[in-house]
Amino acid sequence: MRNEFSGVMGRELAANVDSVLILGDIGVYGHRESFLKYPDRVFNIGILEQSMISFAAGLAIEGISPTVHTIAPFLVERAFEQIKIDFGYQSLGGNFITVGASLDYAGLGATHHCPGDVGMMLNIPGTEIYVPGTATEFSEQFSWSSRNRKISYFRLSETKNKQSIGVERRKGFLIKSGNLATVLAVGPMLDMVIEATSDLDVTILYYNTVAPFDIELLKNNLNSGKLFIAEPFYENTLSMVTQPILRDQAVLVRSKGVPRRFITKYGKIEQHYEEFGLNAQSIRREIQEMIDV
Amino acid sequence: MITSRDMKELRRLILTSASLSNEGHIPSALSVLDLLYVIHKDFLFDEQKIDASKLVQNRFILSKGHAAIGLYAVLCLFGKISEDELNNFAKFESRLGGHPDRNKLPDVELSTGSLGHGLPQGTGLAMALRLKKLAGHVFVLIGDGEANEGTTWESALLAPNHKLNNLTCIVDNNLSSERAIDMGNMSAKFTAFGWETIEIDGHNHSDINTALRIRNSDKPVAIIANTVKGFGVPSMESKPEWHHRSPNAEELAFFLEELR
Repeated sequence: MRNEFSGVMGRELAANVDSVLILGDIGVYGHRESFLKYPDRVFNIGILEQSMISFAAGLAIEGISPTVHTIAPFLVERAFEQIKIDFGYQSLGGNFITVGASLDYAGLGATHHCPGDVGMMLNIPGTEIYVPGTATEFSEQFSWSSRNRKISYFRLSETKNKQSIGVERRKGFLIKSGNLATVLAVGPMLDMVIEATSDLDVTILYYNTVAPFDIELLKNNLNSGKLFIAEPFYENTLSMVTQPILRDQAVLVRSKGVPRRFITKYGKIEQHYEEFGLNAQSIRREIQEMIDV
Repeated sequence: MITSRDMKELRRLILTSASLSNEGHIPSALSVLDLLYVIHKDFLFDEQKIDASKLVQNRFILSKGHAAIGLYAVLCLFGKISEDELNNFAKFESRLGGHPDRNKLPDVELSTGSLGHGLPQGTGLAMALRLKKLAGHVFVLIGDGEANEGTTWESALLAPNHKLNNLTCIVDNNLSSERAIDMGNMSAKFTAFGWETIEIDGHNHSDINTALRIRNSDKPVAIIANTVKGFGVPSMESKPEWHHRSPNAEELAFFLEELR
């Protein structure tokens, strides 16, 4: 997805003279062509993430469309107040694109982990949050949302699905219908969920847009009263947006995601997923347990 | 002199409004009041009249947003808001909050309140004007206490690096920071970061006007404005207990009597 970002951004800069790319000393080599072509509109701003976000807001006040990029914890967590106030409160638009989703930089340790990014961004009213499952999905999402004058957060990950799902604007997707439970897969979790449920009579819903959340799709596909959520960030993050379904009906909800604790091991993300039980086998078992309740 | 009559009127407006609302940071508003007055009179409102197209429109950011009541008083003096509205300061449905909101008042460039946001946004705004080839100048007013914030120095590093010669940072050096961190020589600090720097009496209108006109071809400008908290209300000057307190009716009458 990171490679696709360079191409997407190159096209964005070519098409719109009021578009600006700001890098926090990350991805500089990947965007080298844009640096050469648009030296006035592509900045390696340095390692000062809070000021980087505010700087972008200053551009946005004049109608410029800024796209800001660095590693997730340094953009979302370190500069959260700048996103909240300078963009959210002031009603300004900007694109925020991160890498290092959850544990993509597992080997670098907890300073570079960020399973809390989506949960935090959900706390800024009006923010659009995209968790693409493939590079193509990201490209399409960016093409129709990058200039919407809102906060648009794109969470790029190393993990991805084999196939792209058609990107309908801000909608969820019905992958298959079943009777015993509904399984909601977010972004790159879809392949794992499809494998886990290949022989189960369940509904699969796919969401690569977390906010605004397509609550109608979920409401219309929850006859079993049992909802299993597979999310690539902290478990139970999506409960913030799925909560409205509980107003109308009793639903048994379980979430599988990154556990809410500091992860102190290194290695690769796949090793962590194995330890968390974030694999097809464990998910299948947990869904079956839910069905049996 | 017209300006001294204006200043007395501005102080009256601030004290009265703060007393009616039981809200506001009066000493901070009074320390920046001369700066606010000169900036608006000579660099915002007058120059806008000169160029109706607003292509050379200057921009002003009150980064130390807690001095908002001072800004509102200036807007009132120049007819942008009424005294009735000013006296609704910080009330439930008021447009005039304890910190300014750009979405409510057209003369407010930035919604501030959380310290350390104004200078980095002003840096971005100055860059935006350059990218759009607009001739306006960006003025950012920060506090010396606010300069404790790391973002101040991130931006102090960033702006000269991009040779933003359309940016002026004014530091309201009212010694707010002294009880926490001694900021030392602010002029030397900004100079070391690559700014054209000048130190002035922040209550002298002539000095303020001259300093605000300083331009350097490839550097931003920092004005260290030495001020007094509560300036113009003798019993309030440099009295920390008034930092976030409003006068009752009896105190208001006393202050109005002693106004300079």
